[in-house]
Amino acid sequence: MTQKAITTVEMGTQVARAKAGLLSSVLDSEIWLGRLMIAPAILYIVLLIGFPFLLALYYSLSDITIGSRTMSFVGLKNFKAVIQTPTFQQSLKNTLIFTFISQAVVLVLAKVLALALLKNFKGKWLVRLLILLPWVAPISLGTIGWLWMLDSIYSIINWILQAVGIFGPKTWPIWLGVPHLAMGSVIAVHVWRQLPLATVILLGGLSSIPTDLHDAAAVDGAGFWRRLFQITIPLLLPIMIVAVLFGMVFTFTDMIVIFVLTRGGPYDTTQVLASLAFFTGIMGGDLAEGAAISLFLFPVLVAAAFVFLRIARRAEVT
Amino acid sequence: MPALMRRLKRWGARGSHLGIVTVFTVFAAFPFYWMLVTTFKRTSDLMNTTNNPFLFNQPPTLEHLRFLFFETLYGRWLWNTFFVGVLVVGITLLLAVPAAYSLARLTGRGGEQLGIGIFLTYLVPPTILFIPLARVVSNLGLKDSLWSLILVYPSFTVPFCTWLLMGFFKAIPKDLEEAAMIDGYSRFGAFVKVVIPLSIAGTLTVVAFSFTLVMQEFVYGMTFISFASQYTVSVGVPTFLVRGDVYFWGSLMAACFIASVPIAILYNFFVDRFIAGFTVGAVKG
Repeated sequence: MTQKAITTVEMGTQVARAKAGLLSSVLDSEIWLGRLMIAPAILYIVLLIGFPFLLALYYSLSDITIGSRTMSFVGLKNFKAVIQTPTFQQSLKNTLIFTFISQAVVLVLAKVLALALLKNFKGKWLVRLLILLPWVAPISLGTIGWLWMLDSIYSIINWILQAVGIFGPKTWPIWLGVPHLAMGSVIAVHVWRQLPLATVILLGGLSSIPTDLHDAAAVDGAGFWRRLFQITIPLLLPIMIVAVLFGMVFTFTDMIVIFVLTRGGPYDTTQVLASLAFFTGIMGGDLAEGAAISLFLFPVLVAAAFVFLRIARRAEVT
Repeated sequence: MPALMRRLKRWGARGSHLGIVTVFTVFAAFPFYWMLVTTFKRTSDLMNTTNNPFLFNQPPTLEHLRFLFFETLYGRWLWNTFFVGVLVVGITLLLAVPAAYSLARLTGRGGEQLGIGIFLTYLVPPTILFIPLARVVSNLGLKDSLWSLILVYPSFTVPFCTWLLMGFFKAIPKDLEEAAMIDGYSRFGAFVKVVIPLSIAGTLTVVAFSFTLVMQEFVYGMTFISFASQYTVSVGVPTFLVRGDVYFWGSLMAACFIASVPIAILYNFFVDRFIAGFTVGAVKG
């Protein structure tokens, strides 16, 4: 009996020693320690991004609703049904218009602003802080500020435009109530929101261009525009692509501005894919159709990822 | 004459520079200025269309702030946001710090590719994942609970923060860890005792970034939660305070201003590091 107890104790210590050995060898081995340290993050990403993504694919091929307990496979029925609805076609068109116009405007304005901010001047830190506000403040709250500024009765924008004489006393546009004006307003708010990010990214790129290049070109007689198009823009191209890429992904998949400003109205003229997916899938309870709509966002993300990878690879080679 | 021309030209350049900077600053900041003004105006002043809206035609008031804090759930929403924010930041650090170190030092050539792969998952937007996640959350019994947000929010903080921290760790010279290991620390011990204390700046950036993202998040919050008392600020204000035809503009603007501006000022300190993270790999000099 005692002997047996001793041997178990001995075996116990041996196991403990082996464990300690294993632990210390894991803590010392680069490969195993590396795997151990990255495993939780990978596991989390697989469970909360990978798995739901596959689930979205599966839902889009099923007939699931928000309350249903069972679901059956229906093939591409949802996609076919969705594509035929006028609302979807309108939303797809709106999403494209809204993404491309706002990104084009952002790119031009960001370039101008970044060039202006490249110089040193008094109070630059304050200007930078104010310019960054729209991007850092919660977007849903910033948009409510615009909701108030574009109000149908108390719009300060209309008031100013009347006061300086751009609008006559009878002109009082209802910004969010008329199709084209509503789209314009949504685009303007998006530009407002995205401009800071693009500007700061471009500014980072601009300040990395060596000044002697400009000086040499100026000595050779190249003017501002010539230098802009033959030195600045070509050297800035990769970073401009990065800025546009992020801007596009964030704009294409966004629904917050539209949800707060117009809820997709008037008559779905500002409805986009993301907001339509929300109204169909969550408000309407048709998870299957909602998932099908939201998956139309995916090709753009793949394209963006592809471009990003190419740029990253080229930067590595040089 | 040429001297005069040159001076005129310089003034012109300076003037147009000032003009450009002013126009952009007003465009960016005016909505926030307007929130602030509206906060202190009496409703009868706001609603009188014959008044000049830039002036206080009646004495300023604190009534909107009183209403906001004592008669709405705003204080509760701020607390909810803070609670979720702190826990999400904690989870993000626990997952991203070791992962980033592993990618920077321990996984060799494959680490770079894996790092880019993780970064790309940041591009998968909530608007694709929210429908399946709504179902997952309700199956886990977390619907209408703040814990649903605490579970899901790291899915957009971890990928970017891992990427950001990877850059920080790579910038720390390897010799420091090697010296620590010669002094008898294990590989892991060297990481804890040498690398972590040196990367406080990186860690703070990650904290600021994660917290801001939590404050901004809207889609998941609106999808998973339908009890007014469980909202975060960015969801509660637009869905609960903006309701029906009666807008309490004064309180609404106060709510937006209070939740926007302080965090923006804090964030301003970290923005350069953050941008470096965005462009790492895309532009190297």
